[in-house]
Amino acid sequence: MRISRRILAGLATASLAVTATSCGGGGTSGSFDDTVTVGILHSLSGTMAISESTLVDTEKMAIEEINAAGGVTVGGKSYKIEYIVEDGASDWPTFAEKSKKLIDQDGVPVVFGGWTSASRKAMLPVYESKDAFLYYPIQYEAQECSNNIFYTGATPNQQSEPATDFMYKRSPAAGGDFFLVGSDYVFPRTSNTITKAQVQQLGGKVVGEDYLPLGNTEVAPIISKIKKALPEGGIIINTLNGDQNVAFFKQIQDAGITPSSGYYVMNYSIAEEEISTIGPEFLEGHYGAWNYMMSIDTPASKKFAASFKKRWGADRVVADPQESAYNMVYLWKQAVEDAGTFDDNAVREALVGQKFDAPQGPVEVMPNHHLSQTVRIGEINAEGGFTILEETGVVLPQAWNQKHPSSKGFACDWTDPSKGEKYKL
Amino acid sequence: MELLLDSLFNGVAIGSVLLVAALGLAIVFGLMGVINLAHGELMMLGAYTTYVTQLIFKLPIFKPFYNSYIIVSIFLAFIVSGVVGILLEKTIIRKLYGSPLETLLATWGVSLILQQFVRSVPLAYGTGLVISLLIGLFLPTTFPSKIKESINFKYFKFSSWIFAALTGVLTGSVISSSVSKLSRASARNVDVTAPSWMRGQVEIIGTAFPKTRLMIIVITLISVIAITLFLNQSAWGMRIRAVTQNRQMSDCLGISTEKVDIITFGIGSGLAGVAGVAVSLLGSVGPNVGGNYIVGCFMVVVLGGVGNLLGTVLASFGIGIMTDLIGAGRLLSIWPDMPLPLSNTINFFATTSMARVMIFALIVIFLQFKPTGLFPQKGRMVEN
Repeated sequence: MRISRRILAGLATASLAVTATSCGGGGTSGSFDDTVTVGILHSLSGTMAISESTLVDTEKMAIEEINAAGGVTVGGKSYKIEYIVEDGASDWPTFAEKSKKLIDQDGVPVVFGGWTSASRKAMLPVYESKDAFLYYPIQYEAQECSNNIFYTGATPNQQSEPATDFMYKRSPAAGGDFFLVGSDYVFPRTSNTITKAQVQQLGGKVVGEDYLPLGNTEVAPIISKIKKALPEGGIIINTLNGDQNVAFFKQIQDAGITPSSGYYVMNYSIAEEEISTIGPEFLEGHYGAWNYMMSIDTPASKKFAASFKKRWGADRVVADPQESAYNMVYLWKQAVEDAGTFDDNAVREALVGQKFDAPQGPVEVMPNHHLSQTVRIGEINAEGGFTILEETGVVLPQAWNQKHPSSKGFACDWTDPSKGEKYKL
Repeated sequence: MELLLDSLFNGVAIGSVLLVAALGLAIVFGLMGVINLAHGELMMLGAYTTYVTQLIFKLPIFKPFYNSYIIVSIFLAFIVSGVVGILLEKTIIRKLYGSPLETLLATWGVSLILQQFVRSVPLAYGTGLVISLLIGLFLPTTFPSKIKESINFKYFKFSSWIFAALTGVLTGSVISSSVSKLSRASARNVDVTAPSWMRGQVEIIGTAFPKTRLMIIVITLISVIAITLFLNQSAWGMRIRAVTQNRQMSDCLGISTEKVDIITFGIGSGLAGVAGVAVSLLGSVGPNVGGNYIVGCFMVVVLGGVGNLLGTVLASFGIGIMTDLIGAGRLLSIWPDMPLPLSNTINFFATTSMARVMIFALIVIFLQFKPTGLFPQKGRMVEN
């Protein structure tokens, strides 16, 4: 067995080297003065491919839209955006390697990429050492503020905090006890640390938490713990990842943990895309919190959903991560045009303060390289969408969470050289 | 009492998932000594068979029988995974008996191919392919012996493969035109929804048990009983045991070892398919579903003692009960006022991921003292 394991490890590394592929963007058109090539770096193979390929689709669509509207205008010249798509292959070192390739070999001014926190953590040193710029579109655990990354997803105070507040004060299980369930990696653990601090402040009680190792779908011990800790129902905060949600919801429904018996699950990783995979019959009556939901009834939101369906097929859906990816392409374009150059440092300065009328509503880039966003709480309905129950005003991002014990009282500001990554408030 | 019952049930429920998954491997790895890393993917094929059956039973012709699709899919999954397993044995593994490292690499390659296959081939045509394999492999064996012995048998064989290919293409296109979900390839995970009679809970002696779990326990029990009866009571079972104990001697005594190998591997693979039906009831069905179970399967077989079904059974229930005891922090509820340091330790391990660490550590320690597992095979083996 010892030999076989070693061989397996070797093979795994070898196969990753083989699966990494790349492909080029569209051809040049006559009506532009020049072209600029940007990098897109997501997993197109492996376990994350299902989620991340939707971001590639959205980014391509945003680039096509910009090109159709005349491209990027810099110094009086119009540039057509072209793209190089690289495959991160759901493997974190590959993300770092491909970033190097995009920056050094292809010389792209910007990379749009990443999904998992692990992939971002792997890429971060590359961008910092080469002083390049990564745009990262996923809602995440924060506790990070790099001068070389621009984060367009929600920070915990733009997703989990309003959601916890809603669950404790205004949901049908208001005032009930909390049970926290998550996959065993950095996002659920950080998010739950924040939730625990917040629940304590609110005067509530967290009666249990459990983490499922990635890939494990055996939920039976968690179910018996939930039943023991919350015999009369209560609030469950769910940060499970991907397919583990399917196992979780199938099994808790069979075990009688349902909204009708007083158990309400608030989810941070389930968007429209995931609802259709898990099946609305398992999720109906539970909740989700996002900045963007497909059911937002505004012209901008409807236009976004309609153009995505038109471009990629009528059965496709749009969800929060895709909206973030869409926004970041447009924000980059605006910042480049304002800066009048593709140069990283100038673009970075021009980026802060950029406003964009996003599908979710107006967003603005803050000095800590995160976005101010609107938070929405939705109840999952039988049609596989969200019925929006609440909408906050614009919430400012906290790169360093104010409820997490390790970062309380700190903030980030890249516009002021004396403050930088982490300064005391 | 209720607590004990609940704990026991949970342990048995977790254990039976492990057992049904490991049962096929116990035969293939345990009896034949083949390290089959594609075992998980044979399970995956079983899970996809359940999904395809479910969709086909939603068609108007089969609609009245929809509630029974899960029973039908158990048999179909056995056949599908069994046929693929037989093909695997005939083409690859047969050439590699006695060289475990090469088998390991080859079967790992097969597992990657199977994963990519379900990602990139529409399931309707995948079904068609399995049907043509089934016909191609078994139609020639049904010919009367007069034809089989004739010199022109190869032509008959060839034409039956052509017939098989045509039938496969035909069924593939019929399915793809009638079930649109199966007509396009997709890497997306799919979902098997249990029929309504299997959802919800059933109350036994005051405690509620989820029906799907009970169903898995029943599937596991039936598989174990059937395979034990087969191995111990039937003529072929006796031949299998003979070959696994002493291949050369059995060969000398006129047992067709080639046939025994095919049957053993086919049954082991078929059981993997049945396991696929069981796990599809718990989670989603996707190309990676098998990979989640393969390590656990090997662990169970090694712990139980290679070549021993009873060992496999006890090992999986043992691991299941331990998982529940540690993972759900049961000891704390049995003995609520235990000293603080002890209760802190138990709380520390009372999460699913820490319980897993603890169980693996215990197994490693156990194997230090009994490297051959719970029930090592006794008697002289030819290899030794």
